[in-house]
Amino acid sequence: MMYDHFVLPFSIGLVFLIVYIVIKFGIWIFRMPQQDIIKFFKGVFSFKLIAAAWEMIRESLLHRNMYKVNRLLGYMHMSFAFGWFLLIAIGNLETRMLSGSEMNPPYYPIFFNFFELQPIAWKYAEAFSFVMDLILLYVLSGFVLVLIKRIRRRFFGMTKATKHRLFDRIAMASLWMIFPFRLLAESFTSGIYHNGSFMTEPLGNLFATFLPLETLAVPAWWAYSIALGFFFITVPFGRYMHIPTELLLIMYRRFGIKPTKKYDVFTEVEVNSCPRCGVCIDKCQISSAAGIHNIQPLYLMSDIRTHKVREEIIQNCLMCGRCQEYCPVGIHTENVRLTQRLSIMDDGLRDFQYIDAAPKQEAEVIYFAGCMTHLTPTIKRAMTQLLDSAGVNYTFIDEDGTICCGRPLMLSGEEESAKKLVKKNADLFMSTGAKILVTSCPICYKVFNEDYPLTMEVLHHTQYLNRLVKEGKLNPLKNGATLVYHDPCDLGRGSKVYQEPRELLLSTASLAEPEFEEKFSVCCGGALGNFQLNYGTREKITSAALSIMLKPEPDKLITACPLCKKTFAKSSSVEVLDVAEWLVRSIPDGNGVKSGVL
Amino acid sequence: MPDFGFSLQKDRQIDFDANNKTLLKRVVALEPSFRICIACGTCSATCSAGQFTDFNLRKIVTAVKRGELTDLAEDIEKCMLCGKCQLACPRGVSTRNMVLAIRKGLHELKNGNGTSDHSTPGGKL
Repeated sequence: MMYDHFVLPFSIGLVFLIVYIVIKFGIWIFRMPQQDIIKFFKGVFSFKLIAAAWEMIRESLLHRNMYKVNRLLGYMHMSFAFGWFLLIAIGNLETRMLSGSEMNPPYYPIFFNFFELQPIAWKYAEAFSFVMDLILLYVLSGFVLVLIKRIRRRFFGMTKATKHRLFDRIAMASLWMIFPFRLLAESFTSGIYHNGSFMTEPLGNLFATFLPLETLAVPAWWAYSIALGFFFITVPFGRYMHIPTELLLIMYRRFGIKPTKKYDVFTEVEVNSCPRCGVCIDKCQISSAAGIHNIQPLYLMSDIRTHKVREEIIQNCLMCGRCQEYCPVGIHTENVRLTQRLSIMDDGLRDFQYIDAAPKQEAEVIYFAGCMTHLTPTIKRAMTQLLDSAGVNYTFIDEDGTICCGRPLMLSGEEESAKKLVKKNADLFMSTGAKILVTSCPICYKVFNEDYPLTMEVLHHTQYLNRLVKEGKLNPLKNGATLVYHDPCDLGRGSKVYQEPRELLLSTASLAEPEFEEKFSVCCGGALGNFQLNYGTREKITSAALSIMLKPEPDKLITACPLCKKTFAKSSSVEVLDVAEWLVRSIPDGNGVKSGVL
Repeated sequence: MPDFGFSLQKDRQIDFDANNKTLLKRVVALEPSFRICIACGTCSATCSAGQFTDFNLRKIVTAVKRGELTDLAEDIEKCMLCGKCQLACPRGVSTRNMVLAIRKGLHELKNGNGTSDHSTPGGKL
């Protein structure tokens, strides 16, 4: 029987890891709500499994999303993941073909070159040996990149790298050591027995000239085995738990299981799937513009895993959702943070009984300006002017002041308190019998869409105005102005409204493209999601965002959110307008064209 | 007291020394910009909640600074966190976090929590 004591560290580590993963996955699957468990098993026995398998190959092995962030970074991750996978897969194929048995000990392919010392009389021996050397070379090229990345991060498109916990650094070192140790072990053995191929053979011969390989070969195999075993044992407790967990996450997603607002199994699986790669750090404006590098989702999720979550970190986020668009694993980073806010907040205590039921108003269309629009009266005026001139039968439902839509409370983690406002507003809207609800505020728009029990159509004013223009009820004139459109977080990324505001603006002017737009758009810095940043820090974020938005040198900066407008307007060198304000100026009987404001 | 045919007014001075400054200290620790508030009242003027009730952030701020804590707990729960005051504030006070800080400080006072514990349990299932 093939056996040597040095296989023990590897074997023990492997058994431990497999047992751990089986138990953990079992817990993660069976602790889900009943309907999600059913979804999961239905998914396993459906074609969705093929889609999931393909995504696993694409993301967990080939790292396509990582490649999109940066090519070198993608290659580095691919060489480790895909290369290692190939070593295991082809190694297994080799041993099965050679022994003609399915029942080889798991360490046989791993330590193949130790057990098969003599050149074997097998027609594929040389070919396999060559391929295995080639794959090892491929993995080692990733190892070289890892070393380069330590010195020159910017080659990999990163300015800030993750500050890893000590435990993770030890786990990382053991992972990196696996492959150089394999190279040494195979080379040493090849130096003695000449069972290597194009890389290990000459390297072995070279070592043989100055090293006592007879004494070093077995210790090298020990080192290789210990690195493997040690790495396996660190997996459950550190960042590398993301490797198995991401497979489960992909299945959850593909089988239609969704996270809830509370910290649930799905979110726990997401938290464990975070590889702490650090991509979210650079993309976060709190890091890039304000120089705060310890609050990004990867640190939050790392803290959640060690049960050391700090309120300053939970609350220090704009909730702009930008990191989520770049996250190679596709973690709902914003929701993960919300679950934490929900768990630390005293919820449901707020009392809004002082708000009287509003008088009943009937109309086809409701216009709801929202708190922030009341602070930007020109948007309000533009909207009423446009709705009047289009002849819309509408009621300005919060003309005399508004109650909040509830989203700011949801963002602070006060879901139950927010529901009280939701009910008051929803009752008011439903009592009008209107078919369409138009709001000027993306914050309200998002919450109306997602959390309100409304039977009417909910539109942001950019969508509604675009419709009015298309129907010929508003006839803006085209002029020679160049505009840059800024996607507000809650309208763009948050609600996926990208096209309508652009169509509307293109009917009146031409658009210049800023470096970041649509789903990668930058936050204005005024976001209500953040409770920690002071005014000065917010200003830094605003001016950095402005320098991006104004780089194409537009005549006007256009946004679709009163909060963004107000935030930008304070520091912008170019006039900042809401889409509605711009539209009013582009309509002949609006006050813009006539009075020559343009 | 003998009847002199006239009476003295009761003492109307406010003894600030006797007032409770624990909350003030806690709020300043949680939201440092609380110190730069000049109690100008712009927040109250723009307040969404203030349109429907006598809810008044300026009054609350003044009460916290004086250490007059009666009725505060009930009042602070009327805030909708909408953020208008934060945009209107001429001093750049983070008013929304200030409201959360006052709330938190009041809860801690009521429950007798120490002020040192910042950490909170992480995600528990």
